[in-house]
Amino acid sequence: MTRRIDCDVAIIGGGLVGSSSALALRGMGFTVTLLDKGFCGAQASGVNYGGVRRQGRPPEQLSLSQRSHAIWPRLQQLIGIDGEFLRSGHLKLARSAADLASLEQYAADVAPFGLDLELVGHNQLSERFGIGGDVVGGSFCPGDGHANPRLVATAFAAAARRAGAEVLENTKVLGATRLSGGFALEAEGLGVTARIVINSAGAWADSFASVFGEPVPLERTYPSMIVTEPLDPFLGVNIGIEGGGIYARQVTRGNVVVGGERAAPLDDPDYSRPRSDGVLTIMQRASELFGPLRHAQAIRFWSGTEATMPDRNPVIGPSATTPGLFHAFGFSGAGFQIAPGVGEVLAELVRDGETSTPIAPFAITRFSPASQPGDASQAAMTTGSKETSP
Amino acid sequence: MAERAPPLIVGAGPAGIRAAMTLVAAGLRPIVIDEGYACGGQIYRQPLSPDGRDAQARYGSEAAKATRLQRDFAALGAQVDYRPNTLLWNLRDASADSLRDGVSQRILHDGLILATGATDRVLPLPGWTLPGVFTLGGAQIALKAQGCAIGKRVVFAGSGPLLYLVAWQYMKAGVEVAAVLDAAPLSAKLHLLRALPLAPDIVLRGLRMAAELALHGTQVQLGVSGLRIEGEGRVARIVYQTGGRRHAIACDGIGYGLNLRSETQAADLAGCAFRFDPRDRAHLPVRDSSGRSSVAGVYLAGDGARIAGADAAELAGERAALALLEDRGLPHAPARAASLERRLVRIGRLRDALEAAFPFPAHWGADIADDTLLCRCEDISAGDARRAIGHFSLTDVNRLKAVTRIGMGRCQGRMCGAAAAELLAAQTGRDIGAVGRLRAQAPIKPIPLAMSLSVDERQHDPAH
Amino acid sequence: MPLLHRLVRTDSAVIFFTIDGVPCEGRAGDTVLTAVLCHTDRLRHSEFSGEPRAGFCQMGACQDCWVQLASGERLRACTTPLAEGMHIVTTRGRSHG
Repeated sequence: MTRRIDCDVAIIGGGLVGSSSALALRGMGFTVTLLDKGFCGAQASGVNYGGVRRQGRPPEQLSLSQRSHAIWPRLQQLIGIDGEFLRSGHLKLARSAADLASLEQYAADVAPFGLDLELVGHNQLSERFGIGGDVVGGSFCPGDGHANPRLVATAFAAAARRAGAEVLENTKVLGATRLSGGFALEAEGLGVTARIVINSAGAWADSFASVFGEPVPLERTYPSMIVTEPLDPFLGVNIGIEGGGIYARQVTRGNVVVGGERAAPLDDPDYSRPRSDGVLTIMQRASELFGPLRHAQAIRFWSGTEATMPDRNPVIGPSATTPGLFHAFGFSGAGFQIAPGVGEVLAELVRDGETSTPIAPFAITRFSPASQPGDASQAAMTTGSKETSP
Repeated sequence: MAERAPPLIVGAGPAGIRAAMTLVAAGLRPIVIDEGYACGGQIYRQPLSPDGRDAQARYGSEAAKATRLQRDFAALGAQVDYRPNTLLWNLRDASADSLRDGVSQRILHDGLILATGATDRVLPLPGWTLPGVFTLGGAQIALKAQGCAIGKRVVFAGSGPLLYLVAWQYMKAGVEVAAVLDAAPLSAKLHLLRALPLAPDIVLRGLRMAAELALHGTQVQLGVSGLRIEGEGRVARIVYQTGGRRHAIACDGIGYGLNLRSETQAADLAGCAFRFDPRDRAHLPVRDSSGRSSVAGVYLAGDGARIAGADAAELAGERAALALLEDRGLPHAPARAASLERRLVRIGRLRDALEAAFPFPAHWGADIADDTLLCRCEDISAGDARRAIGHFSLTDVNRLKAVTRIGMGRCQGRMCGAAAAELLAAQTGRDIGAVGRLRAQAPIKPIPLAMSLSVDERQHDPAH
Repeated sequence: MPLLHRLVRTDSAVIFFTIDGVPCEGRAGDTVLTAVLCHTDRLRHSEFSGEPRAGFCQMGACQDCWVQLASGERLRACTTPLAEGMHIVTTRGRSHG
């Protein structure tokens, strides 16, 4: 027997973006159905590195990132747990004079956004942060930090459920069609009608975008993570490196999470696993960079499936082809920090047809120059049943 | 055409040894990697150095089998590429990553026989992390491989044939065995009648051991529950219930186990399909009667695939090797294969009867007190797990792992996985088979970040 | 007070090592676990509770017997043969001891 649900907003994908949207929309009084093909927060949102970082983002992301920045310290009130969020600061290291110059340039470029970046010289790196090895300097962002993605992603979905959202896990959306005045989504044994649909399906979002005539050049990428056994505290900050390569943080319990290199998809490309050569490289590099890791054991590797766009900016905003459809995906490996803010932005878009946070650079139309930007107001709606066009 | 890479056998216990012999007899030179310093697996584990005891003293009734197996493997000599002290830490397309003496080496192989064996299955008890509490297998290894007793006055508790065997071995070694506390009620032992015609020697030997223990002054208690281990910084006593009454026995060492659990991490990383096995209450890799897994070129043998004991492991190792030979287009002795399969079916029936006679007290997992440590590695209590299940509306054991870290520590759920699943199933009213299985993640066991890399010793590509 | 009691190899060659700086004698053929627990009743402390641990499975599965050497090196006591001159530290747990 097919179960039927009618709601204001159906959200495809229960990652951090989908579930924070669901929570925000419930706060506005919308009826919400959140669908995930597996478990909420089990994909990229829950298995990413856990960096809560503004530093290093392109300037066009920083307004959104600052909006999210204000949410992170409020997790306890918002989702019932702090998600092990630690405002540790984020230190980006430079291995060459050129890299240091690039950090300096970045600090100058983003000065208007108020990240309070502080450039740190070689000597200070070891004195203040205990960082040795082959680094010439770094840039410190004191307000950044890290958190436990497994907890945060899961807790947003649980909070949405407690707030009254219908959260349906192991419910793969098999079909999505536009009807007059709304959408029909089909899953096994389930039919959902909704006036609004949010496509927050992560690495699977491109197929839904295509259904509505908006193919996007989404590529799947697979980060590669290792974690050590618990160690004495030695790393008080979240570490990145200019030009990439390796990133590391130590959680309060003592485990050190180190990311870098890429994992490889399995036969089923929905799943991936770190490559042995990749983890060997990263483990070696980490043990050279951090003295206390010289004798440490790695106890677990993992990967996830992330959606990456060619310009490494996400797609956020209304569909250009389909009124009532909103996209939010393609965070290109850097979605964790901004996702809670994206949830608020999407809820505003649904309610008001607009948002106070600039998101124009993330329009889906940037990948199809021929098409015209959609009129977001067509899709806007308020609580209740009446369509609005303010 | 490039020469084909050699087959790789993981594990040098009964299954791995017989597999290796079978491949060598067919003219192949398999690579055998094993974590042990000498062959034999855990069941026929050898001492690090001679300790003055002979096989009879060490292995008792199994001495002849142990000696034969170890001698047969030694006789293979350079016909196998044997690598002891070597950990398999990852598996990927036709190659395995191994670690030996701090050096990581990639091994290309063509054909993979996983004979990864078993470890003790346990459910948490109050006090189970106290010094002086070992698994039954651990208590046995202390005795047979290290020549040490785990206490001067010891208690063995739990379930499974190993319970009586280890207790008896300790008694024979001159250690005071205060009690054998068997979770199974007398009614379960009636299943031994079913096992009797299948293997009278094994059943009668077990009964004789129990009788000798009792004669020697060991309390043998059936149907115990409510086990609790107490002591300040180390074991001082064990508390249990029978017939609604509480008892306490002073002791300084405890061997505890609830039969065995298969080591399936390698099969998981190899991509094998898994299926819930109601008898073992665990998800096990799927295999056919020959030992072929769901992945072409990957074969499963011995307790690592499903608990069946050492005798079955020998047969299954040989059978899996014959399957590999067949798949490689080599002579593969079909009549012998059929005979092995018939004997495996027979042993399987015996094992079923033994499992029924020594049932797994699954409710001990469901009923763990909130303040009892569930996960030894990460110090997560049963109460922590229950709160998370409620708070996040969890129904899947991997999600429980994600939010509580249960199964995420150094042992990757080997010690707590069964309990986590039982607890989750009980709290959510689901069938134990419906809460999922903890997915294995590399590395199979902890490995140092700072490893040296060995150049690939084999240049040719594996055949596809 | 030792946890393990040696029944054989009582006259095997002596191997000198230390536990928390205290000179000890093991025997040829000992694992680190055996050597330490024939002298004392703990190998390490839980990183989280600080409670003592002394191994469990003795077959390299439970990972509860990882000990540290004074050099910082870590090893699994039940699968590592004792070697002359090992300086084993049992008191150091993460943020304990």
